[in-house]
Amino acid sequence: MKDRTKYFAYPYVLWMIIFIALPSFLVLLYSITTKESNGLTTIQFTLENYKKFFDPLYLNILWDSIYLAAISTVICLLIGYPAAFIISNTNLSKRNTLLFLCIMPMWMNMLLRTYAWMTILGNNGILNNLFSLIGLPKLNMLYTKGATIMGMVYNFLPFMILPIYTALSKMDKALLEAADDLGADKKTVFIKVILPLSMPGVISGIIMVFMPAVSTFIIPQLLGGNKNMMIGNLVEKLFILNGDWNFGSAISIVMMVIILISMSIMNKFDVDKEGGARLW
Amino acid sequence: MVKKYLSKIYMGIIFIFLYAPIVVLAVFSFNESKSRGHWTGFTLKWYVDLFHDRDIRLAFYYTISIAIISAIISTIIGTIAAIGINSMKGKAKSLILNVNYLPVVNPDIVTGISLMILYIAFNMDFGFNTMLISHIVFNIPYVILCILPKLKQLDVHMTEAAMDLGATPMYALRKVIIPEIKPGIVTGFLMAFTLSIDDFIISYFTKGEGVTNLSIVIYSMARRGVRPTINALSTIMLSVVLILMILINKRTNGMEKAKKLKEKR
Amino acid sequence: MVKKIFLIVMVLLMLFTVAGCGSTEKEVLSILNYDIYIDRDLLKEFEKENNVKIKYDTYSTPEEMYIKAKAGATSYDLIISSEYMIERMINEGMVNKLNFDNIPNYKYIDEDFKNHPYDPNNEYSVPYFWGTLGILYNKNTVDASSESWAMLWDENHSQRIIMMDSQRDSFAAALKLLGYSLNTVNEKELDEAKELLLQQKPLVMAYITDGAPDIMVNEEADMALVWSGEAVSAMAENENLGFVIPKEGSNIWIDAMFIPSTSKNQPLAEKFINFLCSIEATLRNINEVWYSTVHTEAKKQVDEELLNNPAFNIPDEDIEKMEMFRDPKEFIDLYTERWTEIAAQ
Repeated sequence: MKDRTKYFAYPYVLWMIIFIALPSFLVLLYSITTKESNGLTTIQFTLENYKKFFDPLYLNILWDSIYLAAISTVICLLIGYPAAFIISNTNLSKRNTLLFLCIMPMWMNMLLRTYAWMTILGNNGILNNLFSLIGLPKLNMLYTKGATIMGMVYNFLPFMILPIYTALSKMDKALLEAADDLGADKKTVFIKVILPLSMPGVISGIIMVFMPAVSTFIIPQLLGGNKNMMIGNLVEKLFILNGDWNFGSAISIVMMVIILISMSIMNKFDVDKEGGARLW
Repeated sequence: MVKKYLSKIYMGIIFIFLYAPIVVLAVFSFNESKSRGHWTGFTLKWYVDLFHDRDIRLAFYYTISIAIISAIISTIIGTIAAIGINSMKGKAKSLILNVNYLPVVNPDIVTGISLMILYIAFNMDFGFNTMLISHIVFNIPYVILCILPKLKQLDVHMTEAAMDLGATPMYALRKVIIPEIKPGIVTGFLMAFTLSIDDFIISYFTKGEGVTNLSIVIYSMARRGVRPTINALSTIMLSVVLILMILINKRTNGMEKAKKLKEKR
Repeated sequence: MVKKIFLIVMVLLMLFTVAGCGSTEKEVLSILNYDIYIDRDLLKEFEKENNVKIKYDTYSTPEEMYIKAKAGATSYDLIISSEYMIERMINEGMVNKLNFDNIPNYKYIDEDFKNHPYDPNNEYSVPYFWGTLGILYNKNTVDASSESWAMLWDENHSQRIIMMDSQRDSFAAALKLLGYSLNTVNEKELDEAKELLLQQKPLVMAYITDGAPDIMVNEEADMALVWSGEAVSAMAENENLGFVIPKEGSNIWIDAMFIPSTSKNQPLAEKFINFLCSIEATLRNINEVWYSTVHTEAKKQVDEELLNNPAFNIPDEDIEKMEMFRDPKEFIDLYTERWTEIAAQ
């Protein structure tokens, strides 16, 4: 049986070659050719596009994106871990409701939810109106770095909570009891047993938050007022506005490499590849 | 006891954070004034407008039809592929799994751009088809990832037993494997459906003449101030999802209870 | 349960495909236009009158439109865009010559908007609307008596100024303040403008295109760099708002309709151009987009109030000081590089 069902995968292999491998190859091809290349006869290879990226200007943009995404990831972890911990410790019937409540917001269009934050954070927005009701001065919240970070935390927090929850709930409760019996206090149990055992969840959470955060272009646009260009904005601009597909492709490849490196780290930590699927 | 309250308060704050924008959206869909942030009075006019807005109606039509078709196709391809991948071994298997994983981990913007370049290279007309194919491309990996764990749990002896008893491989597939992995298939389908409905970036790069989806319409509106009609539409959509989920939950709960009762007897 | 869901889904699907197929026998006209740049009911009327189906799409920047057209990712029958991009596309052979026999309403187009360098012999395009770039401000908080671009550099309004996320327009403001041409290809002049924009950055609340009027109407900012039509519509919603065209001069632009070489139905597209040039359609479009009209007859029939608004009926002495964008060809990279530097700071 097994031998024969193996062939079931072949059509999809063909599909992957056409729609996953070939497009990636084309991006790679764009990234190592010049703008003047038109078709196979005039193709000119160059590494200029990659060299250009190492200009401090673009490295700055990359660095800024990594920095903002890293801060958001850390905040997600700090907020998300306790939440996952609490959920995994509630009784079974309540647990599903809590999980459901974490996933629910993701069924609403992400752009709309982000837009709603504009209503909340704006200079005459809901929060500022509340502030002035209780006599506080109005604050500039929208169109700041803080708003961008908040937007990322908001959009990607469920990606942090769910994998950590899964790791925590898989944990063998007998281990905790054993530690308890051996006289470990709660703090020690947490640091020596729970935390290490939930590490796969933490790492997959970090990667699942960091990856979309580092490449987003919508959040800095809508909530950051385009004041801090992130790598995603740069790629979008290069393709849509400047028409410099070669340079844009080079940056895409760099982004892909960063992601692949994170992926191999994930593999090392033996995190199984159901990250996305865990959302359900 | 204090700890229990603390954790309740903590979860409460998190849910306020997660739901504040959604509540705001829903509330402002009933707001008289077009501009955001000011409550000027209750109205249902945006819900009425919704049925007259050609842009939104068209975008809704494309969003839903692409979501349904792409979810069905990717569930079918994904299920077959998952069964195949599950019976592979060694390097080939891990290579396929890694390539399959690429669209999941790749930034959406890179996936969108690479597909756009592909369609241009093949001289395809941008439109419904390109958007549909793109959605299938990023849906299948998720379907496979939903089904594989179920296949791993599948008892190999069952299929073998079925075949020993004279079942052809196809028959065993239909009668043994598929029913066993059905939960995975259903989650895969639902996941593909929601991913497709919510997608913006990939659609943005692969859309074509006269074909948009809700995300694209919302994006162009969000840049200059959303019309509350969109708020109205998403309120309706979210309510439908909520009601469906509650119904399904109730049903499964009811079924479990019935099962338990049966067992007790 | 699953079977039932599947059945429902299939039925829905069939309904959808039936609904989608119903109109395929009709002639199709595909149009690409800027966002909110037409009275949408006109499309429906044209569809009904001629028994055709219109596929209507919008975009937000001319560059975006050009890149997709150039890559062969689009095949529209009719596009409305800005003069400098039309110039570029004409030069690259991407535009068809029009048959003016099919566009008798061309006679209504003001002579002032014909014979411009982007289409010197009026062979390729029909002007649609025109406008300028200026400062929309809140009369209660801003003193506009200087009538200068320097207003946008006023530190008293730190974090209350909105600029455009558009390199040509933002550079236009800085270059004009420095007294240079907004089409300059002199690197030194551009560097000066870049420095000026960098100085301004800490004062800027946000760089957004299209969204500024909404924010100004809500009085969440004091000033915004906007196009004239945006100003007219914002001023109609909030009477505290004013519009100034700086004395140093500004940009004048013309948006025009043209038929790209990918068009599959040129006669129908020409018919549509003629339809949009009718007095009635133009009047209705004016009341939707609020930009200045190129239509001689329609202008006579617009409301008194609108004619008194300097953002709609732009004074001649301002027009004299205005400059039209030209296609900078490869020099555009000079702008792009500097704009990226500003955005990355």
